[in-house]
Amino acid sequence: MSSETITHGHTAEASVHSHDSHEAHGHDHHHEETFLTKYVFTTDHKMIGKQFLITGIIWAIIGGLFSVLFRLQLGYPEMTFPFLEDLFGKWAAGGRISNEFYYALVTMHGTILVFFVLTAGLSGTFANILIPLQIGARDMASGFLNMLSYWFFFLASVVMFASLFIQTGPAAGGWTVYPPLSALGQASEGSKLGMDFWLISMAFFIVSSLLGGLNYISTILNLRTKGMSMTRMPLTMWAIFFTAVLGVLSFPVLLSGAVLLLFDRNLGTSFFLSEIVVKGEILPNEGGSAILYQHLFWFLGHPEVYIILLPAMGMVSEILSVNSRKPIFGYLAMVGSLFAICILAFLVWAHHMFVTGLNPFLGAFFVLLTLLIAVPSAIKVFNWLTTLWKGNIRFTPAMLFAIGFVSLFISGGLTGIFLGNSTLDIHLHDTYFVIAHFHIVMGVASFFGMFAGVYHWFPKMYGRYLNNTMANIHFWVTLVGSYLIFWPMHYSGLAGMPRRYTDWSNWQSFNMFADMNRFISTVAMIVFAVQLLFVFNFFYSIFKGRKVTTQNPWGANTLEWTTPINPGHGNWPGDIPEVHRWAYDYGKDGRDFIPQTEPVGANESKH
Amino acid sequence: MSGYFILAILALAFVVTFQIAKASEYVSVLKGEEKSFRQNNKINAFLFIIFLVLGLAGAWWCNELFYHKTLLAQPAASEHGEKIDFMLFITIAVTGVVFLLTQILLFWFAYKYQFSEKRTVYYFPHNNKLELLWTVVPAIFLTILVGFGLFYWFKITGDAPKDAQIVEITGKQFNWMMRYPGKDNVLGRKNYRLTDASNGNALGVDWEDGASHDDIEATEMHLVVGKPVQLVINAQDVIHDVGLVHFRLKMDAVPGIPTTLWFTPLYTTAQMKEITGNKDFVYEISCDQMCGSGHYSMRGVIVVETQAEYDAWIASLKPQYQTVQQASAPAPAAADSSAVAATTKPLAQLK
Repeated sequence: MSSETITHGHTAEASVHSHDSHEAHGHDHHHEETFLTKYVFTTDHKMIGKQFLITGIIWAIIGGLFSVLFRLQLGYPEMTFPFLEDLFGKWAAGGRISNEFYYALVTMHGTILVFFVLTAGLSGTFANILIPLQIGARDMASGFLNMLSYWFFFLASVVMFASLFIQTGPAAGGWTVYPPLSALGQASEGSKLGMDFWLISMAFFIVSSLLGGLNYISTILNLRTKGMSMTRMPLTMWAIFFTAVLGVLSFPVLLSGAVLLLFDRNLGTSFFLSEIVVKGEILPNEGGSAILYQHLFWFLGHPEVYIILLPAMGMVSEILSVNSRKPIFGYLAMVGSLFAICILAFLVWAHHMFVTGLNPFLGAFFVLLTLLIAVPSAIKVFNWLTTLWKGNIRFTPAMLFAIGFVSLFISGGLTGIFLGNSTLDIHLHDTYFVIAHFHIVMGVASFFGMFAGVYHWFPKMYGRYLNNTMANIHFWVTLVGSYLIFWPMHYSGLAGMPRRYTDWSNWQSFNMFADMNRFISTVAMIVFAVQLLFVFNFFYSIFKGRKVTTQNPWGANTLEWTTPINPGHGNWPGDIPEVHRWAYDYGKDGRDFIPQTEPVGANESKH
Repeated sequence: MSGYFILAILALAFVVTFQIAKASEYVSVLKGEEKSFRQNNKINAFLFIIFLVLGLAGAWWCNELFYHKTLLAQPAASEHGEKIDFMLFITIAVTGVVFLLTQILLFWFAYKYQFSEKRTVYYFPHNNKLELLWTVVPAIFLTILVGFGLFYWFKITGDAPKDAQIVEITGKQFNWMMRYPGKDNVLGRKNYRLTDASNGNALGVDWEDGASHDDIEATEMHLVVGKPVQLVINAQDVIHDVGLVHFRLKMDAVPGIPTTLWFTPLYTTAQMKEITGNKDFVYEISCDQMCGSGHYSMRGVIVVETQAEYDAWIASLKPQYQTVQQASAPAPAAADSSAVAATTKPLAQLK
């Protein structure tokens, strides 16, 4: 696990000079940097990545805390918590979470975690930090657009955060904000001003995501170093590339939905409204379609699931291979399955709408295409398993989370086969089965991918390690806790228990799960506390963590480990290294690892 | 007070954990990183096996605890529901095998191939036969599931039998309203602009349409056992969803876009009380689409009964048109001005 084999930059011979496409900048002399240009309005991709990550962490704490609050209501419906009234006033009068507050919490939990944490916090962080480092570039194609991407995200965050303090509360119609509920202030407190804030925030967020995505795509396509052909890229790059493509093609559709909804709300249009009598008031709107919004929403909403999941898959592939000391099995199949998932992601959105009255004939196509996604997913799982097989596995914290990811992806992915089959969806739609499914496969699994990424690349980000013991506690409690929280929910789902209910006690059909709910809530609180331990570990280790002393602490092949321990703006002090091979030559010809920068030897065996 | 106590304990636990974590880091430096890495590796590998065993045992135990509370433990109350249950069992079987196989392999490999000085890894970058195998085998199983699924899907969403009873159900925040077509088996026309709950027209029925005159409105849904029923589903304000959990069915109620759903109830409410052993059993309609702050309380009731019981029940109800007429009889002019305002023609007393 040492790095003496690596030749690069500083001492490189004349032969590697010609490939540096950015000879104009970089190099050793730094510009005079102020606090403002270094930490705030920075164009350095690494710092922007950290900005995304830390903003994402703050949002994750808020979004996670919201889930703890509404789990209090679900787990202990008969108890009162006076401190809630102290904190939230009328929203928790008498120490009980009001219905409006409950729905606001649920909605914000979903919005925050799906968009602000698992989209911006995950792909924003790792696309920024890893793309230039792993393809061998000084920075993103446009550092300025990249900076704007973060600041639009910041603006979106500010607007969304402000909406939490509005008198009528934030949006409360579920994270999908279906009209007419979200269009009519008369129908719900959360559909008043809070909903406008939600839509405006999402518009900024979409701008951010588009600026970022275009940058990721153009950087990966144009700024690869000499020798870095597309098929030599690490799988993280392929995953982020497809993620960016998905985002660029689908987010604009959500923007159209958001803008039309803003029009319906404020300008008297009828895109989504027709024949409505609300609270006795007869509205003039006719001819719109509430279902149209769902098509626009899910045309993003489904690819969004893969926008969240693909970067996690990419990082997990990389980490599994590095720590098994073995090449990733079936590299081209892995790329091919990412591509297949990317294409299919656009063709399955209506599987969220099987029970909206969708034409059954049309529904049949969506069933077929949805279940087709299981094929590339199966390929990925079996390839990961084969990567572990006959490896020599080091359980670094990143590796623990990567293995946890595979387990969760299997568990959550298999229940997708239930829900994608329209016949079963008629029964299971909008029950706790759905909650269990998507929390495991896209929520927790992606979080595991994200944690794996943070533990693996933290030494590159800050030149220090995270504390190992806290990492182990974090992993084991989170893995066990996630299963304890979400596994039992499959059962309440199979009992037909509907989502988004604050209380089931008045229902003959659903009132028998009180014990289970209390158990789930208790575990959720423990798991949340352990996430705070991670956050503490993260911030503590930035300043006080054990220092990284070798350039390549994990013994990895990829280019980011050829940079100095604390790379400056421009990444490599000398020339950008040239690449001679793929990223996965681990355990080849009896050698532990062969970095991408090493030329192929004359007697080397082929793979 | 107890809240602060809990917070203090949490803070203490944090400090202790942190101190231990910090100390173990120093220890590992003292012991030598190589040695502590190996120790750490062994512990984690062992924990993966423990996790696998306890996890599978836990899954079994969870099943013991909760299976009888799910609907799988009782028969589906409709023919469609029986198909869905059968489909569910097939899917559980197929995915269950895959689940066990892959999870066991994952954690077993993690344990078996934990770091060892002696092992040389097997350089195995790809193998076309294996990759073909796990492309084709999942594809075959999925084809079977899609085949079954679509076969049932078209049966369930296909046309209702001609003799099906028609019942209209309309959702509004936060309750359900039913309408029966009466003797002619035709529901009268509606126009949402005529909605006027205070004058007996909560559904916005157009009384000009003669077919509406024998329509009966109710708050409960009564169905005849063994007789197909077609629901005509509407919503007035926001999207709701008619969730019929015991029949294993649901369908959205969308303002402006009526939807339909048909099924055949197999057991009367009384029979279900016996089957489930629950003397309070009742068929419930749950709203399954987020519809506002009262969403969780939007409950409806279905009574499935014999033809004779149903006939007696329906005979006890009066068509809504008659109710409205009687209420407005003393002052017909008032009724006219309110109900007719939105239409151009006066309310004609067609019979």
